[in-house]
Amino acid sequence: MEKIINGVTIKVNEEGYLTDFSQWNKSIAEEISKQEGVGELGPKHWEVLNFIQDQYKKSVPLTIRKIGASGVTDIKEFYALFPNGPLKKAAKIAGIPKPVGCI
Amino acid sequence: MKQRNILIAGAGSAGTMMANHLKRKLNHHEWKITIVDEATTHYYQPGFLFLPFGIYDEHEIQKPITKYIPDDVDFINTAIDKIEPERNVLTLINGAELPYDILIIASGCSIAPEETPGMKDKLWYKDIFDFYSFDGAKALHDKLKNWEGGRLAIHITEMPIKCPVAPLEFAFLADDFFKHKGMRDEVEITYITPLSGAFTKPFAAKKLAHLIEEKDIKLVTDFNVERIDNDEHKIIDYGGQEVKFDLLVTVPLNKGAAFIGKSGFGDDLNYVPTDKFTLQTTVKENIFAIGDATSLPASKAGSVAHFESEILTENILHYIKGEELKAHFDGHANCFVETGNHKALLIDFNYDQEPVEGTFPFAGVGPMSLMEETMLNHMGKLGFKWIYWNVLMHGRAIPFIHPQMDKSGKKIPVNQ
Repeated sequence: MEKIINGVTIKVNEEGYLTDFSQWNKSIAEEISKQEGVGELGPKHWEVLNFIQDQYKKSVPLTIRKIGASGVTDIKEFYALFPNGPLKKAAKIAGIPKPVGCI
Repeated sequence: MKQRNILIAGAGSAGTMMANHLKRKLNHHEWKITIVDEATTHYYQPGFLFLPFGIYDEHEIQKPITKYIPDDVDFINTAIDKIEPERNVLTLINGAELPYDILIIASGCSIAPEETPGMKDKLWYKDIFDFYSFDGAKALHDKLKNWEGGRLAIHITEMPIKCPVAPLEFAFLADDFFKHKGMRDEVEITYITPLSGAFTKPFAAKKLAHLIEEKDIKLVTDFNVERIDNDEHKIIDYGGQEVKFDLLVTVPLNKGAAFIGKSGFGDDLNYVPTDKFTLQTTVKENIFAIGDATSLPASKAGSVAHFESEILTENILHYIKGEELKAHFDGHANCFVETGNHKALLIDFNYDQEPVEGTFPFAGVGPMSLMEETMLNHMGKLGFKWIYWNVLMHGRAIPFIHPQMDKSGKKIPVNQ
């Protein structure tokens, strides 16, 4: 599927997660963040998003435990930054796939 | 010529299969194969799902660990203390040092309930159970025999876990179990997952979501447990969500072996960083890893270990000859998923291909159907115990089923 964000056409899956990370940029992230109800992205949001993207590039799966042990934030703050399903929301804004099971 | 050493750390499914493969492939004058494990019993772990419901009894899912270790492979029945890659030495807890030329880490993963506050507390094995260990599954069987009903919560702490579909199968079998006991109305079943749904892959979500509804299983998603309140009988997540339970069946955090952490090369869950194609670790070129012990983004499941064992055997032979590690694992997994009422699904997938519909193992013929609830698949699941003990643990292939996933029998949507 394709979606137009800020006038740019990007590839997404049925749930709106980017399928091509190379198409991600900060303005796309800001727009997805608004659509997800997370709102304006502050410096702390960016620190977390950068950490998540860095882990993704190293093929490390995204888990709540990893966020808590990141040194960037703790789990309570992570929930405050990305309320209601922080892992999937942060993944969507960061332009990476959501954490999944095998089916 | 001096005999060289291949050392296998762990004699579960993966390690046992490797011992059998390598014994047949290597010249025993040149290579001595040694396998180390502290356990004395080899459990058929898929049986842990059936034990709580009395479908299997405890005797049919365990054998002496030595039964499947070939006679000319040395078995050392001691716990491992640590590995020192720079010295090519594995040390046992009794201080004995085992030097190796090639090391295969097959030490699996196991539950760590102590990592979640309140999990392994006063309700542990009273109202809170796991079914990922023999003791847990057995204790749960005793509990379910006389349980009078109430709120049953089935819970996953965090991914990755061994056999990721088992908790869902547990929910389906529980529905069936209580129906047959004539007490389904007395039981409220809730499935609690840290993921965004019971099914997270697009095809499965579309095709199978109805199962949850039909069986009246309540779903709580995006739930990351912070602690369990034993006095109030509730499980609480970081976002403040709470679920009350009378009986909690949880899958605790899964971790790799402690000696991996002590050796200094595991990740934060003690999994061994491993190349997902060649199964060579990134620790050192003469250290390989297989099965649940690895950091691979594949399912932690016996079928995966089985397919990996064929790939790893080839690559070890390449390594010995100084050749490129040409065999590549594609993440292939093949699992029966119990859905209750004597039916099961069969799923077949790899790193790139999500489970879809089709026929298996023969394209267009079957006899098994993929992603369809059938009785034949259920028979397959039950029959698999025989295959496990009599075919797989001897390091033999199942006819017509290959390590690389076959796309020909699958209805793969065109946009994939």
